Amino acid sequence: MGTPLNHDELITAYGQMRTIRAFEESVNEEFLDGNIPGFVHLYAGQEAIAVGVCAHLSDEDKIGSTHRGHGHCIAKGCDVRAMMLEIFGKKDGLCGGKGGSMHIADLDRGMLGANAIVGGAPPLAIGAALAAKNLGTGGIGVAFIGDGASNQGTTFEALNMAVALKLPAIFVFENNGYGEGTGHDFAVGSGDIGALAGAFGMPVTCVDGTDFFAVCEAMADAVDRARSGDGPGAIEAKATRFYGHYVGDPERYRSSIEVSELREHHDCLKIFRSRVLESGLLTENELDDQDREAVAEVDAAVLAAKAASDPTSSDLITDVYAGY
Amino acid sequence: MTTVSMRDALNQAMREEMRRDERVVLIGEDVSGGLGGTGEDDAMGGVFGVSQGLVSEFGRERVIDTPITESAIMGMAAGAAMTGLRPIAELMFIDFMGVCFDQIFNQAAKFRYMFGGKAATPLVVRTTIGAGFRTAAQHSQSLYALFAHIPGLKVVIPSNPYDAKGLLIDAIRDDDPVIFCEHKVLYDTMGDVPEESYRIPMGEANIVRSGTDVTIVALARMVGFALEAAELLAAKGVESTIIDPRTISPLDMETIIESVEETGRLVVVDEGYPRCGLASDIAGEVAEHAFGVLKAPIKRVTPPHTPVPFSPTLEDAYIPDACRIVDAVQATLKQER
Repeated sequence: MGTPLNHDELITAYGQMRTIRAFEESVNEEFLDGNIPGFVHLYAGQEAIAVGVCAHLSDEDKIGSTHRGHGHCIAKGCDVRAMMLEIFGKKDGLCGGKGGSMHIADLDRGMLGANAIVGGAPPLAIGAALAAKNLGTGGIGVAFIGDGASNQGTTFEALNMAVALKLPAIFVFENNGYGEGTGHDFAVGSGDIGALAGAFGMPVTCVDGTDFFAVCEAMADAVDRARSGDGPGAIEAKATRFYGHYVGDPERYRSSIEVSELREHHDCLKIFRSRVLESGLLTENELDDQDREAVAEVDAAVLAAKAASDPTSSDLITDVYAGY
Repeated sequence: MTTVSMRDALNQAMREEMRRDERVVLIGEDVSGGLGGTGEDDAMGGVFGVSQGLVSEFGRERVIDTPITESAIMGMAAGAAMTGLRPIAELMFIDFMGVCFDQIFNQAAKFRYMFGGKAATPLVVRTTIGAGFRTAAQHSQSLYALFAHIPGLKVVIPSNPYDAKGLLIDAIRDDDPVIFCEHKVLYDTMGDVPEESYRIPMGEANIVRSGTDVTIVALARMVGFALEAAELLAAKGVESTIIDPRTISPLDMETIIESVEETGRLVVVDEGYPRCGLASDIAGEVAEHAFGVLKAPIKRVTPPHTPVPFSPTLEDAYIPDACRIVDAVQATLKQER
C-alpha cells in the first residue's frame, strides 16, 4: 500500500481519529448522564474524513464546519480540553461558554466555527479562500458539507461563486446517509452529490469515507490544484454515522442492524488498523499506545470540564461588539 | 470643501479607504460590470453608479463583480472579513435581504459573541432603501429596523453627502458588521464635502435645527421633509428641533431625550413600516425614560402598514411628507395635558 505520509504522520492521523472517537463516546455518555446542556451531534464513524482532509492543512488554511463539528475541530488542531469545557458551557471553554457544541470555533487554528445552520458554512469558506487569495497567504478555504446541506441554495451559490472567481476552495461533501431523520437516497433528488458539484465546473473525486487513505489521496489532489491557482475542487466521501442525528435520537428511521453492521464492517479505525498492520507501516503496540493516550486525554478533559467554573452573569453582555 | 452629490461623496469614501488600506475590497453584482459581455468594461459602477471608476484604479482583484447570488456575496464577504479582509459588500436593494439574511444575521452578526469575543468581522454591507422611484413592493422598502433588531449589527442611514462620506469611512474602519443604508432618492442630493478623509462616529445624532416647541426625529429622506415642515410651522410661530440620529444601532437616545426634556413634545418620522419599527422603538424609549416631561402623546409619522405600491398616485400617498409632519406636530400642540 502506497501512502505519501511518513511514519510520524500516520501515527498522528490514527491518534486524531482515535481521539475523535473517544471524545464522541465520552460526550455521548456525559450527555445521557445529564452533564451537558443543549444539543450535541456526534461525528463517530466519519473520523477518516475530517482527519484525511485536515492532514493537508495548516493554520493558514481555514475550514467551515457543520453542526456535527467536533471531529473537524480535533482534526484541525483545536485543544481537546478547551473543546470539552466549551461543550459543558464553561467560562474557560474555547468560546467562553457562549457557543457550545454547535458553534465551537478556534480562529487561531483556522477553524471558523461549527455552524448550526445547515448550509451555513460554504459561503464563509469561499470568503476565507478569497481572503487567502487577495492577501497572498497561500492558504485555502475548505467547507465541510453534509448530504443534507448538499441540497441547500447556499451550497449551490458557493460552488458557483468559487468557480466564477476561481477561488482556492475545496468542498468536502460528507455523505453520512441521513439528513436528520431522512435518508440521502430520498432527499438528494439525483442521488449523486458528486455529479452535482461537478456540474458547476470543478473536478470531483468520490471516495469511501471510511478509508482514510482514499480521503487523504483525494484531498492531496484537490489541495495541489487549489494552491497552484487552478481553482476549486470537490470531494464526496461516504461514511454513515454511528449515532443518531443528536444524542437522544431514538433513530426509528433506521433498522437496528444497520448500526451493528456499520460498527462491524465499516469502522474507519478498524480499517485503518488492519491496513497499516498488513502493510507493516505501524505496529500493534504503536496503535495501542494511541488508543490509550486518546482515552486518557479525553477522560482528563471530562474531569477538567466537570471541575471548571461557569461564566458569571457579567459575561452575558460582553463580546457582542468590538465597540458600541 | 467642494459641492458634490451623495453618490460622489460615497464614491470618494470608498476610493480613499481603498487607497489607504489594501484589505478593503468591494464585492457585489455589477459593482463594476461588463464582465463576460461584448461591450465596455466598468459598464455599470453599481446600478446607481456609486462605484463607477473604482475598478480602473484598483483592478478586478479588489472590485469584485459577482454573479447574482446574494447569499454567496454576503457569506463570502463575512468569511473574508473574519479572515483578514475588510470587505464592502453591496446588497443592491435592501429588499433582497430576503434571499441572504441568514449570512448576515445568523453568521456575521453572531461570530463575535458565539466565539467568545475572539472574532472580528469588519464588514460593511452597502444597500439601498426607500420609496419614490416607482419601483414597487420589492425594490422600495426601508427595512433598516430589521437589521437594528439584531445584536451584533450596526446600522447607518445618512441623510446628506457630508454625513454619507464621514459615516462610510467610519463604517469601513470599524471592526463590527455595519449595514449602510443609502436612500436611492438622495443619490443626486448635493452638499459640501471636504476633499480629505474624515470620520463621523456612529452613534452620534446630528441636531439639524433647534427650536423649543417640539422635537422631530427623522432619518434619510425624511430629514428634508422635516425641514420643510419646520419652515411651514415657523411661519405659524412654532419652532421645531430636528434630530437626525444618522445611525439607529447604536442609537443616540441621549440627544433625543435631552431635546424632549426641553420641548416636551416628540414626533418621529420614519419611512419604515409602522409595526415594530424604528418610530415605535424611539417612542418606547422616550415613554420609558422621559414620560414625566412629555406634554402630549408622542406622534409617529410612518407609511401605512402596506407594501409599497407601484402607481405614482398611490406611492405618493404612501410616503410621509411635510404636510403629514405638520399635522402631527399640530396634533401634539393641541393635545397638551
